[in-house]
Amino acid sequence: MTEPKLAYEETFDCVQCGYCLPACPTYVSMGSEAQSPRGRINLVKMAAEGKITYSELEGPIDLCLGCRACEVVCPTNVQYGRILDSAKEVLQAEKKKTMPKHVKLFQDFMFKKSFPSSKILSVGSAGLAFYQKTGLQTLARKTKMINILPEKLRTFERAMPKVEGPMKRRNRAKQYEPTKQPKLHIGFFVGCIMDVMFSEINTLSMKLLEAAGCEVTVIKEQTCCGALQHHSGETDTTKRLAKQNIEAFEKHNFDYVVNSIGGCGAMLVEYDILLENEPDWAERAKAFAAKNVDISVILSKFDLPFTKEIHQKVTYQPSCHLSNVQRKVEEPLKLIHSIPGIDFVPLPEAHMCCGSAGTYNIEHYDASMKILDNKMDNVKEIEPDIIITTNPGCHLQMKVGVERTGDEERTQVVHLVQLLAEACEIQL
Amino acid sequence: MGIKTEELHTLLSEIIQDETRILTETFDLVSYSFDASFGSFTPDIVVQAMSTTEVAAIMKLANQHNVAVYPRGQATGLSGGSLPVHGGIVLDLSQWNDQLDIDPIDMVATVSPGVITADINDAAMKEGLMYPPDPSSAHVSTIGGNLAENSGGPRGLKYGVTKDYVIGLEVVTPEGEVIRTGGRTIKNVTGFDLTKLIVGSEGTLGVITEATVRLHPKPLATKTMMTVFHNIVDAGKAVTLILTSGIVPSKLEIMDNASIVAVEEYEPLGLPTDAGALLLIELDGHPRAIEDEMERVKEACTKAHMADVQVAETAEEEQELWKARKLVSPAIVREKPTKISEDATVPRSKIPEMFERLMVIKEKYDVDLVVFGHAGDGNLHPNIIADKRDHEEMRRVEQAVGEIFEAAVDLGGTLSGEHGIGTLKAPFMEMELGEVGLDLMKRIKTSWDPNNILNPGKIFPEPGQKLVLTDD
Repeated sequence: MTEPKLAYEETFDCVQCGYCLPACPTYVSMGSEAQSPRGRINLVKMAAEGKITYSELEGPIDLCLGCRACEVVCPTNVQYGRILDSAKEVLQAEKKKTMPKHVKLFQDFMFKKSFPSSKILSVGSAGLAFYQKTGLQTLARKTKMINILPEKLRTFERAMPKVEGPMKRRNRAKQYEPTKQPKLHIGFFVGCIMDVMFSEINTLSMKLLEAAGCEVTVIKEQTCCGALQHHSGETDTTKRLAKQNIEAFEKHNFDYVVNSIGGCGAMLVEYDILLENEPDWAERAKAFAAKNVDISVILSKFDLPFTKEIHQKVTYQPSCHLSNVQRKVEEPLKLIHSIPGIDFVPLPEAHMCCGSAGTYNIEHYDASMKILDNKMDNVKEIEPDIIITTNPGCHLQMKVGVERTGDEERTQVVHLVQLLAEACEIQL
Repeated sequence: MGIKTEELHTLLSEIIQDETRILTETFDLVSYSFDASFGSFTPDIVVQAMSTTEVAAIMKLANQHNVAVYPRGQATGLSGGSLPVHGGIVLDLSQWNDQLDIDPIDMVATVSPGVITADINDAAMKEGLMYPPDPSSAHVSTIGGNLAENSGGPRGLKYGVTKDYVIGLEVVTPEGEVIRTGGRTIKNVTGFDLTKLIVGSEGTLGVITEATVRLHPKPLATKTMMTVFHNIVDAGKAVTLILTSGIVPSKLEIMDNASIVAVEEYEPLGLPTDAGALLLIELDGHPRAIEDEMERVKEACTKAHMADVQVAETAEEEQELWKARKLVSPAIVREKPTKISEDATVPRSKIPEMFERLMVIKEKYDVDLVVFGHAGDGNLHPNIIADKRDHEEMRRVEQAVGEIFEAAVDLGGTLSGEHGIGTLKAPFMEMELGEVGLDLMKRIKTSWDPNNILNPGKIFPEPGQKLVLTDD
């Protein structure tokens, strides 16, 4: 393993024009230059030149959401993602040098073993389903037992979706075949946390693809996409997972590999960047990355069999990783507009991150809530019945947002797939 | 600085109660050490002021202890106007954006210094009005910074620049006194026009804490066309012919062959890569008037041997045409990362001659020079693309830039049309203003700021100062 290095060369592409400032949720909410893309790029450059220490760099890098909205507005195409990832990797390697052993072991367990292992996550989710279904959740809430959790965990506990029991997920079909000759052969990427917390959305996704005339296959050799590990600077683990996924999907001749998770999709389409310096893998990673698309890309190609009108005022909070990394902006909107009866109202400043950003809302709760409150001010302006999302992280965060403004009775949060399924009357 | 940083911090804490608005960490200080130009200078402390009272108290304190103060907006400046070149206090005004009042009857907007320029226009639009100055950074830059630098933009051709819109200011002097200049009326001849003196003074005479700017009725319609020419001199002639035909387009932008080719290679839009230059022309006003003016513009271009013309029929087509101009910046920095954007400006009649001079300079110093910009008002943007890590190349670029300035002044133009002097162009001031002219400006500066604490090191060259375009 080579010592990780900061992406120093890439920092020279930044001409410090500042066009990224108004697009950056942390600059807008915190108001200081060090919390802007331009500021962070400069700090990485200075750290690489030895003009500031790694510990000076750490705070601003930690507080970056990684939403990559800056890349979309950058007039000189600075590869901010590469610069950020390099800083995270270097800082994580530095941290490990001084990290107490038990912390290191725990992190390794979570990143290397737990997320990628559907078994370990499954045990966790069974517990969660048990907690929700037996009434323990209600009891814990009613007796205020829940209050022993710190505020931030309490917040997310409330927003947690109803989890399908492990049996239900296990019994889900491994193959969905349309009645006619399939238009496309699709391998479905289920994701790790997604398939536990939101397995219902995965199931509906596959049924929708089937209804659109595609053949859908779930291969069991697939694993976690590696996004959370990557964002924590655990590049070696990420690469290992990437290779496992590439190998698994290569064995099949799919037209596309489809997912319903903005964040995972962003990781998958960048496997080519992740593995660009590994000669045995670079080409394979490129081919794999090119096949990966968000479900909205496929569904928007076909006419969905809508059977029910939905007369609701809806708005859309795009996933940053879908818009800014996968660069898919129009497809979800096209699908929303195609729903019969729908009343779509654009969300002001929809392009701003909601503050969820992987595990950011837990690690940086206060910063995240400030960003979320800005978002909810915009939601308040249009008073939607439904907020549509395209990523589980955003989904949870928007639910928290709706609770914070006391609108949980008025406004529902759904994944795009759920709304499309409802309009097609597709049941679980 | 006549005071220790810790002591300064303590005294500033008495003025600014909110400790989060005083920044002293290394990562913060180095983040306020640069702008969009060249050079990096770390301040001793950064203060984010949010009221006139705070600014006045800070200036009094700084003046008493002889500490330099550098007012700063979002630091999008291209000439180094906000750089803390001698250390001291960076006075960040970008967060002070609480006031943006549109008065549709007086047709003015009253704003805090940290309001984003484009937000003024957006707010005015809701009342059927517009704020015309449109620097390309308008969606980022603050009105305070625009006022200090007297920024222009494409619409400058028809509507003028920032100074043509500001009619009243509240200013804190370097000695910490609060004054008001001008007012809310278009006509005002009471005393010296200090408003116009402050605008464009690049933060050397006072700190702008509030501004009243004029608004203009929003035009009913716009129409965009692209005209193509075999060579850049023909395009220059077309500009002259259009502007002498009794029409003032709202925008008149030029792209030379190098920028057309760069854009097309970057993102194929179907631009004519064999063309010597193209003009992007926007007309605004009453739809029927525009139809007629459009024909006259075509006639003028035909006389200048126009090779092709394309008129946008829909809003989408209009956007498509302007996309070409927008993509110039990302397209030209693909080979090398450093972009030196100059804004030397010449009288309209000298545009073709200026083009010829630029081509000679390009050859002579062997630099990657592309020309695009606001052809209509003579505010060309010769951009040199280089790599600032290549010191030999940068020396050639510095010489080329010096010669561009000389050419502009020689043709009766100016060093800077809209970017300002800052640190970068200070060495060339005397060339344009003469010894007496420059001395008079220095005397004005001294009478406002006897201790030279407000934005020192700007506009006026320091002994032996030369143009430097590298960071180290």
